[in-house]
Amino acid sequence: MNVLQVIDQAYRTTTEEQDDTILWLTRSMRGAGGDLTVLLSGHAVHYAVLRRRQPALTLGQWRQTQPAELPRDIAELVASGVPVYAVQEDLEERGLGQLPLQGGVRPIARHALPGLYEQVDQVWQW
Amino acid sequence: MSHDRILTFAFMEPPFESERTITFFRLLDAALDRDVDVRVFAYEGAVALAFAHQQPHGNAMHGRDSGEEAHPLTKDWIRALQEKAKAKRIGFEWINCGLCVDERGVNDVIDGCGRGGPPDLWRYASEARNTLTIGTR
Repeated sequence: MNVLQVIDQAYRTTTEEQDDTILWLTRSMRGAGGDLTVLLSGHAVHYAVLRRRQPALTLGQWRQTQPAELPRDIAELVASGVPVYAVQEDLEERGLGQLPLQGGVRPIARHALPGLYEQVDQVWQW
Repeated sequence: MSHDRILTFAFMEPPFESERTITFFRLLDAALDRDVDVRVFAYEGAVALAFAHQQPHGNAMHGRDSGEEAHPLTKDWIRALQEKAKAKRIGFEWINCGLCVDERGVNDVIDGCGRGGPPDLWRYASEARNTLTIGTR
């Protein structure tokens, strides 16, 4: 079974969870032997061009020591054999179309999405 | 091996914050109506749905005490669906993401709800005819 994880939101709870929760879920299931593909769409295409770790949160004397590191998470997901796509038009609409994508992340045009959806057994829209 | 009479649900919303929660429960109820085995993976805030220490409260604006008000609790909805599935002799399984439970301190859950992790979601999905993910916003 192959599952396409469609991630449309960006930066939800990345401060308190120190991860994007769906990227984390995907990496964890991949570690358990899952056959997965990731599609970044909407605001989540920002993940495809991120270069820096999230700034650490401070509240009073409390300081976050391990902020989210999404570029690492994307890179490790790709390295683990999970294909990661980003919707080209969503990049362009956000002024990100000319930026280099993270290593291994593939742009995909909207008109090609039906073909990607046809390749998998289940589509999970988050 | 997948089974035509199993549906898996992955859900992320906590109790009392979103209409997604009641819609999710109504979908579970409808699946049981059609004799479909249900598998639930509760992720993030949804792990509080089965928290055993949920308590009903009175409502002074309604002029009713706790017993009269009978405030809905999600743990009772889960229990009702467990009983419905049992009466129909079909499956109803519920696993909470253990890390999500720990960080929220909602370790005490009602009977019939287990603790697990993403590999359980993958197993549930692999066994099911299909999977419905209901994320949060």
